Amino acid sequence: MSTVTTTMQRGTRRKNAPNVLTYVALFLISFIIVVPLLWMLLTSFKTDFDAINSPASPLPDPFTSEAYVTLATGNLPILQWFLNSVIAATAQTVIILVTASAAAYALARLEFHGKKIVFGLIIATLLVPGVIFLIPNYLIVDSFGWLDTLWAIIVPGSAGAFGVFFLRQFFIGLPGEIEEAARVDGAGDFRIFWQIILPLSRPALATLAVLSFLTNWNDFIWPIYVLLSPESLTLQPGLSVLQGTYSTHFGIVMAGAVIASVPVLILFTLAQKQIVESVASSGVKG
Amino acid sequence: MANPSIVPPLRGGSGLRGAAARRKTLTAYLFLAPFLVIFGIFVLFPAVYGLWISLHVWNPLLDDHPFVGLQNFFDLFTPGSITYGDFWESMRATGIFVVASVPFLLAVPLAIALLLNRRIKGGTVFRGIFFAPYVLGVAVVSVLWRYLLDPQLGVVNAVLELLGLPSDIPWTVDVPWAWISLVGITVWWTLGLNTVILLAGLKGINPDLYEAASLDGAGAWRKFTSVTLPGLRPVMTFVVTVTLLSSANMFGQSFLITQGGPGTQTRTAIMYIADQGLVQNQMGAATAMSYVLFAILAVVSVINFRLQRDNTK
Repeated sequence: MSTVTTTMQRGTRRKNAPNVLTYVALFLISFIIVVPLLWMLLTSFKTDFDAINSPASPLPDPFTSEAYVTLATGNLPILQWFLNSVIAATAQTVIILVTASAAAYALARLEFHGKKIVFGLIIATLLVPGVIFLIPNYLIVDSFGWLDTLWAIIVPGSAGAFGVFFLRQFFIGLPGEIEEAARVDGAGDFRIFWQIILPLSRPALATLAVLSFLTNWNDFIWPIYVLLSPESLTLQPGLSVLQGTYSTHFGIVMAGAVIASVPVLILFTLAQKQIVESVASSGVKG
Repeated sequence: MANPSIVPPLRGGSGLRGAAARRKTLTAYLFLAPFLVIFGIFVLFPAVYGLWISLHVWNPLLDDHPFVGLQNFFDLFTPGSITYGDFWESMRATGIFVVASVPFLLAVPLAIALLLNRRIKGGTVFRGIFFAPYVLGVAVVSVLWRYLLDPQLGVVNAVLELLGLPSDIPWTVDVPWAWISLVGITVWWTLGLNTVILLAGLKGINPDLYEAASLDGAGAWRKFTSVTLPGLRPVMTFVVTVTLLSSANMFGQSFLITQGGPGTQTRTAIMYIADQGLVQNQMGAATAMSYVLFAILAVVSVINFRLQRDNTK
């Protein structure tokens, strides 16, 4: 790099340099974000009496895992809800990865009759708000006998256009040389898809997997209406049942919230860069 | 060529002919089939099926669904009908939430993005912290804040009392406090999302423009209005649209924190539609409502796009 640009960049950067106030503001915002989450964690280790009588003191006195024991052994099957959430989110993620990557391959790398129409239909549905599908899909799921089963949580939500759109953008950007060489060697479309396109797309597939898992794990409006019996719930509707059942047992409700948060916070910490960048690029390119 | 297309581009339908072309088309649809089956059943079909339902009095518990034409739609625009008052009250609640939350959901993330866009240490860590609440579901966020804001036993009022401030604020049970809570919680929950998008937009602005503005003697405010805001325009259009639509779809916060109360004042349109359709079994009326909501949102989106486009001129 020439020294001229470096000096210029440095000049720009100096003018954009942070001062103490910048850091004060950032720490203050961090504080506002983190304290409620920390409070949730600390309250989950309080006794009922402590949580109600000294709400303004953050530290549990005494420190107890009573709330978690109650949840694990009580009459609400929260471990079952946790398992249901894991199964539903994992299964839906797998279905999305398989179906969306195959569809995106056809749309990005193959020529065929009706391509524009198929792609247009898929993209158009991105603009339709979810509320339109709520009642028709309830009836469809009911007619399949899927009400109150995990099928209702896994299958309908795996049909979204986002995954196809996201992977298609990525597949279009892949270089064609290796693919052409493979074609010359007699490889068919399936081998090219499986042995070339998918391995090259690991970062995009991982990002889509994380986003799909988070979306399914956190879904609320759909599961509260299609899951009804206590043992079929996932964690998010389970939390609202928990809140209703233990309305003044704050320690227990917070313990439930912690259990529902920890997996996604771990996932977020591991995949922060991919999540944040894919979200950022959705806005910048969009 | 860095990125040659595998198959030569085809014009119209004339390029694909004969057995080879048919085989290609067949292969492509084999790849598309798994997706299209699920997509057809749970996206394309329900989009049309919903319209059909909206033309009936549709109670899933009864075998007979009498066809009533556009009656469900007319009812929504006829004062005094069963659904008129409640539906428009819920639309009003959604409107209040949108008008109250969108400015904060734009201004706060923009301010934070400007801070993060400076050459700070630990920018990624701050960005991660600000984004973290967004990965939690609305149920977690809502039960957490319902606990913190509980008027009698909650932490926020207890802390206010320690500070000697008014400590009997009915955060979740009276208006306007309920609205302040719902907006505040939503900003706390989702500010990281818009921050990250706006930050990417800021990083995309050519630094030479700031350099040039400095040479012309522009101060910080002038640079913000003459370089930053115009440079952010395309990203802002996206953020405004997405924020408007997601605020208009607010459901979980009201459902879990205020339960639509006091009375039904914070019951949003989505909450009312879901209740009418899936609890009261008035599916025809509820589907009609969902199309009316969709139509209004579509009009708002178009107006928003027009305004944003005009501003660039």
